[in-house]
Amino acid sequence: MGMEKQLAGNTVTKTSWGSNKTIKRIYMNYDLYLLLLPALVYFIIFHYGPMYGLQIAFKDFMPLRGIGESPWVGFKYFERFLNAYQFWAILKNTVFLSLYSLVVGFPIPIILSLLLNQINSRRFQRVVQTITYAPNFISVMVIVGMVLIFLSPRNGIINQLRALFGGEPIFFMAKPEWFRSIYVWSGVWQNAGFSMIVYLAALTSIDPFLHEAAVVDGANKIQRIWYIDIPGILPTISILLILNLGNIMSVGFEKVYLLQNPLNASSSEIIATYVYKMGLQRNQYSYSAAIGLFNSVVNCILLVTVNFISRKMGNSSLW
Amino acid sequence: MNDINQNMEDRIFDIFNYLFFTLILLIVIYPLYWIIIASVSNPSFVNSGNVVFIPKGLNFAGYERLFNYDRIWLGYKNSLIYALSGTAVNLTLILPAGYALSRKDLVGRSFFIILIIITMFFGGGLIPTYMLVKNLGMENTIWAMIIPNAASAFNIIISRTFFQSNIPDELLESARIDNCRNFRFFVSIALPLSVPLIAVITIFSAVGHWNSYFQALIYIRNADLYPLQLILREILILEDVSIALTDPTASRNLEERRIIAEQIKYGVIIIASLPVLILYPFLQKYFVKGVMIGSLKG
Repeated sequence: MGMEKQLAGNTVTKTSWGSNKTIKRIYMNYDLYLLLLPALVYFIIFHYGPMYGLQIAFKDFMPLRGIGESPWVGFKYFERFLNAYQFWAILKNTVFLSLYSLVVGFPIPIILSLLLNQINSRRFQRVVQTITYAPNFISVMVIVGMVLIFLSPRNGIINQLRALFGGEPIFFMAKPEWFRSIYVWSGVWQNAGFSMIVYLAALTSIDPFLHEAAVVDGANKIQRIWYIDIPGILPTISILLILNLGNIMSVGFEKVYLLQNPLNASSSEIIATYVYKMGLQRNQYSYSAAIGLFNSVVNCILLVTVNFISRKMGNSSLW
Repeated sequence: MNDINQNMEDRIFDIFNYLFFTLILLIVIYPLYWIIIASVSNPSFVNSGNVVFIPKGLNFAGYERLFNYDRIWLGYKNSLIYALSGTAVNLTLILPAGYALSRKDLVGRSFFIILIIITMFFGGGLIPTYMLVKNLGMENTIWAMIIPNAASAFNIIISRTFFQSNIPDELLESARIDNCRNFRFFVSIALPLSVPLIAVITIFSAVGHWNSYFQALIYIRNADLYPLQLILREILILEDVSIALTDPTASRNLEERRIIAEQIKYGVIIIASLPVLILYPFLQKYFVKGVMIGSLKG
């Protein structure tokens, strides 16, 4: 026991692989490994396991022969996807939807938090935060349900307002040209408030002395936002922007799938919903896995590229 | 002079700013408020656009039908079970792993961290994951709702950061002098010092489980195992009006039935969001803290 104590004391400092010391140290901390083990097993089975299963993207998957025994077919399914007549439409829909979300959804929380930060009353600030954060905790299902209710051509509020001004009711959900706006702006309603948190935190860490000095120099609030606040939260902004740009190709499935119907499919069919339909509704496992893989490879390339460019330009980097 | 100008400008700015945020508050609150008043109003007033600021013709028929619709309560029960057990599993995997990875004397630490972080950026995707879960025999069981999401890489990283910056090394040193093993140190010293972290992970896991429908959509076929969100889907999205028929006195008139189905929608939105919204004020102080913990290291 005494030995153990001593060892623990002086091993905190240095690592040298393969030495006797390392082995002793692993042995000493065996219970730390036990703490890590369940999570590690989980990641290996449920995250690395599917990566092994990804080989079916290059195979003709036959359920009876299993993943390992199915015959290799190379890039057959990738080619099929690239040549599918919906390919360009789906790609365009995915990218447009996500760019639209980014262009609208990214700056709004920044602007909101810059303005909220200038509100003098702490109480009012807190009220705004409490209320605007709340929709973030409502389920996608309920959000989409509300969207359908408010946009209903029969009795939705929006169409009733239009009728008040003599407009004809619009069946929004049946119009492909409305789909993206509905998706993006309902997202802003739900998430813009909550996304402020990070920026508000960054704003509180700006040295108050800068603001005092600026006031003495006669700067008004707008000037202080422009010359102090924005530069102060720029690192936060750029990190989040990198992350968002890297995710351009991964529009979430849940909300799009619920908002989707055959009438608006021409603008609402995205990669994620297509993968779901091909794979789980039509059981084309190999084809669907190939599309999924295509998507995540593009994603990784995007993330690495954006991060690389940002680092070259001397800005923040994720790693 | 300059000073007065500056004051004027700032005052105008302030006025607009307050007005702006008042408007924002209205935009956020009104849709939710409207659903509440519509759920207790006479559906024909709602339908004709006469319910705007206050409920009209108080009417609880929608709620009555909902309370008599067993599937809602079955879904409620299922969702509760999934959320509670799912969160418990999340905590028992995430916290210990986060703690172990926070220890600088864990040999192979950076290897394990990279192993976990990779999964945040790359994965097998939907189909291989589905096939795995199916092959493990979890399809159509409660396990499919819990095990495939047992831990989140992001939460492990957050926990690690938290432990690293909140459990001082000296504490570990002195515990060692008292011959305290790592496991006991984690349970009786590190965990009690990490209440905000535990609260945050609990909140986000529980809300996540309660609100998600994707797992159930792909893994659950048996309607008796449906979580609340899938029942909601039938009512809100697929516009299944069978619930309006559960009442034997229900009108045969299609139009009337449709109107009742509308009112049921408002009610079901309230019922489904209630647990989260009731807990919300208590959670609030923790989730702000949680995002802070997360943003410490991007």
